[in-house]
Amino acid sequence: MVKVMVYPPTSMILADLVERKGHEALVVSKEVRKKIVTPGLDSPPLNMTPEDPKKGLKYAAVDVPSGVRGRMALLGPMIEEAEAAIVIRGDDCTLGCTGCARTNELVRFLLKTKRIPLIELEYPGDEFQAKQFVFKIREFLEGLN
Amino acid sequence: MKSTKYVVTSQDSDVLPSDIALKIYELGREINIKETCFGVIIDGEEDDVEATVKEIRAMDPSNIFIKDRGFPPGDPRRCRGHRGGGARPGFYMLQHESEILPLISRGLAAEARGEEAPPEIGTKKRPSLERLEEMINEEFS
Repeated sequence: MVKVMVYPPTSMILADLVERKGHEALVVSKEVRKKIVTPGLDSPPLNMTPEDPKKGLKYAAVDVPSGVRGRMALLGPMIEEAEAAIVIRGDDCTLGCTGCARTNELVRFLLKTKRIPLIELEYPGDEFQAKQFVFKIREFLEGLN
Repeated sequence: MKSTKYVVTSQDSDVLPSDIALKIYELGREINIKETCFGVIIDGEEDDVEATVKEIRAMDPSNIFIKDRGFPPGDPRRCRGHRGGGARPGFYMLQHESEILPLISRGLAAEARGEEAPPEIGTKKRPSLERLEEMINEEFS
């Protein structure tokens, strides 16, 4: 069983496909869960502990927007744990109020420099692309065994 | 340790959230179930949830999708009833991906039927600067 990081880290499709093949999907909800069971946090992940910015500083400098550092406090440990990664590029949900373009770039950069098996895809727009999407992910995950 | 999962059905699926809930009741495990418009949220001990997830997936393998959730169902920090309405954080991603689920389901069904991987379609690339120069020279010389 390989720990596969999925990006967007909230992706249900990717997490499901990874777990179907018997691997462990590293998703942000598992990190949030760890915070929920920690007493003293009112509304994780919106509220941060003094330890969280320190974790974020490991990946992004102090002059980088705080949103990036906050996100990296959750995503950084996942990247360190990851043994493989599946990344979706150019998706609408990774931008705007639900995402952060700079964090996307930083995560992709860190995953690439980690030199782990990595596949970059785009969400399918039609049935043909969907078949290719599923087959490519299956091939990638089977190759990890 | 407790675990919470979303079980989401694709629009193509014949399985209703109530069917999934009934199936979980039949299994007789100590699991909390919350029916929603897109599927169900299940919460319980990790081992029970994992075993239940396998049973649920078997109901319609290519149309049922499962995802981890950080907060337990009805948690006042996320529940709309406690926060005065509005979509809860995380709903937009779920909504966005739900729109693609029928396509993914068809891909998974094709995989289950043992179909070959569809051929790669070569995308048209932009001509290089040299090639563009050649084209201009050919056209206007």
